[in-house]
Amino acid sequence: MASTLLHLHRPKAWIGFAVVLLLFGVLVPMLNQVVPAESALYLPDHYILILGKFACFAMVALAVDLVWGFAGILSLGHCVFFALGGYAMGMYLMRSIGKSGVYVSDLPDFMVFLDWKELPWYWHGFENLWFAVLMCMVVPGVLGGLFGYLAFRSRIKGVYLSIITQALTFAAMLLFFRNETGFGGNNGLTDFKNLYGYPLRESSTKVFLYTLSVVVLAVFYLLTRYLTQSKFGVVLRAVRDDEAKARFSGYDTLSYKWFAWTLSTVLCGIAGALYVPQVGIINPSEMEPANSIEAVIWVAIGGRGTLVGAVIGAFVVNGAKSFFTAAAPDLWLFFLGALFVVVTLALPDGLIGLRRVGWRRFGLDRLLPKRSHAS
Amino acid sequence: MPPEAAIATLADEEEARPGPESNGAAKKARPSLRPARPSLRVPKERGSEIRAARKHALLCVDDISVSFDGFKALTNLTLILDVGELRCIIGPNGAGKTTLMDVVTGKTKPDTGHVFFLEDMEDLTTLSEHQIARRGIGRKFQRPTVFPKHTVRENLELALAANKGVLRSLFHRFDKAQMERIDHVLETVGLTERAPVLAGGLAHGQKQWLEIGMLLAQNPRVLLVDEPIAGMTHQEIERTAELLKGLAGEHTVVVIEHDMDFVRSIAERTVTVLHEGQVLAEGSMDEVQSDPKVVEVYLGS
Repeated sequence: MASTLLHLHRPKAWIGFAVVLLLFGVLVPMLNQVVPAESALYLPDHYILILGKFACFAMVALAVDLVWGFAGILSLGHCVFFALGGYAMGMYLMRSIGKSGVYVSDLPDFMVFLDWKELPWYWHGFENLWFAVLMCMVVPGVLGGLFGYLAFRSRIKGVYLSIITQALTFAAMLLFFRNETGFGGNNGLTDFKNLYGYPLRESSTKVFLYTLSVVVLAVFYLLTRYLTQSKFGVVLRAVRDDEAKARFSGYDTLSYKWFAWTLSTVLCGIAGALYVPQVGIINPSEMEPANSIEAVIWVAIGGRGTLVGAVIGAFVVNGAKSFFTAAAPDLWLFFLGALFVVVTLALPDGLIGLRRVGWRRFGLDRLLPKRSHAS
Repeated sequence: MPPEAAIATLADEEEARPGPESNGAAKKARPSLRPARPSLRVPKERGSEIRAARKHALLCVDDISVSFDGFKALTNLTLILDVGELRCIIGPNGAGKTTLMDVVTGKTKPDTGHVFFLEDMEDLTTLSEHQIARRGIGRKFQRPTVFPKHTVRENLELALAANKGVLRSLFHRFDKAQMERIDHVLETVGLTERAPVLAGGLAHGQKQWLEIGMLLAQNPRVLLVDEPIAGMTHQEIERTAELLKGLAGEHTVVVIEHDMDFVRSIAERTVTVLHEGQVLAEGSMDEVQSDPKVVEVYLGS
């Protein structure tokens, strides 16, 4: 097993992986925690927050790339699974507020506001962090698994599947907007105080959550890399390119697609659960169809079917978004549109396609999936 | 017993047998949305009837009818294949040749009738495509369909007869015997040097051979080959004829072909002529060619 893992990358690429991991997992936290605030090198808390968010987005990008890049399933609704994971974590954070809310009640504030007398049954158990952590995987996994099974069994594919995923996330959004659903309506869940007893406002908690996100992202990357390099990945790509042929070769394509799809939804749920304590709020707008489309754009810009590209795309596009929405809010959508056009026209392989220009010199191309040099 | 007589006997018996009730709405010409029903065994008496008619029967297409929106693609078609035989199926356009392939491989569910695989004594019409493929029935499509973005070697690895479940694939490692088998297949189809190349970059004829190689790696009991020489050069055609003849014996090979010269060059025993979804004639190439019915509908035109 260990040797299999080592073979995921060539030595040079492993070095690159380690450097990036040390940079974001050790250096960045140190710049925030160890370096004194007066120093020019000090990294303020809000950068930690931004990078932590990006790491969560990058997890979603990996999940999207797994199904879109390798199984050919274009999901335009992956953010619903992200939001469900976020809600599971948000429910724990609400419960952990205890009596220190505005209404000094055991119930979350919004329930007091709605004049509810007791906790709905589906809120039970969420006072326990580990239960919430389990649920942030189980709930998206069950919804995704069920949806995937029904869709793939009916042999729905291509644009039809994409439309249904849009409908799924839209329907979920409408459901969560209702106060009666019991998740805080359009305000969602917010005003979180503590995570496992540690105050969320503390800089050290923030850095911990950020570092955890980076580590989880690295684990997700290695996991998806392993999957796509294994025979499973070879079959998955075969299903993507010619599903009928794969079926006639004796593969139950339904179960391959279903496995990749369900795993992908679980990854999204975990990403959402890490995202919510960092940003301090989860509301139904996370399920907006546009969000899921944006996730696909990250992957398309970074480079579909490359995994590394998905991560880079998530960081680059969101970095640009943070910059533009602060510096020139009106220009952001123009920039995103231009980026998309340029990448589509000039870099069909996404930003990762830039490696042809000069990556090879630094050995970074070894991070990429093996390609043979036929053409 | 000559083949025509066998078919005739079977057809008679078929009529005498009460029609199975299961052939109702559950079977449609479109791919069914329902999961495959649990496999039905071949009824014992039917199995022994077929075996009595043809001692070495391996596959029996039994009284199959398929219609698409009222168009009858196959009408009460009955066909028996022996173990290790090389059978050519010819017929004009629209005779139902490809539909027959689709029915055997599970792509199309027949309106009525069964396909009995006599090795496992199972009814293939109750199984889904991948299950049929795992039983050892391989199919080569009309156009070469290889996986263009996989290497030649990966294409063969995909086809290799092995456990094809998801969980196995997650931790799969090819053992030495499997590697050797792939090397052997590469050699047989003459693609050893092209192994690391993306299959999309192969020449047309090479793609056809790769596809045949994939079928070999699958090690099927029955090999269905749809128009193997379409678009091939003269040399490639000769090579393909050799390849197919070499495969028969170990495998049961069914070749669907338009090209009469090619059929004549490979047909050793039996040729089946389809016309309007039915068997028009069956026999050696010479017999078939001199059959006035055949001359009228096919060869004469």
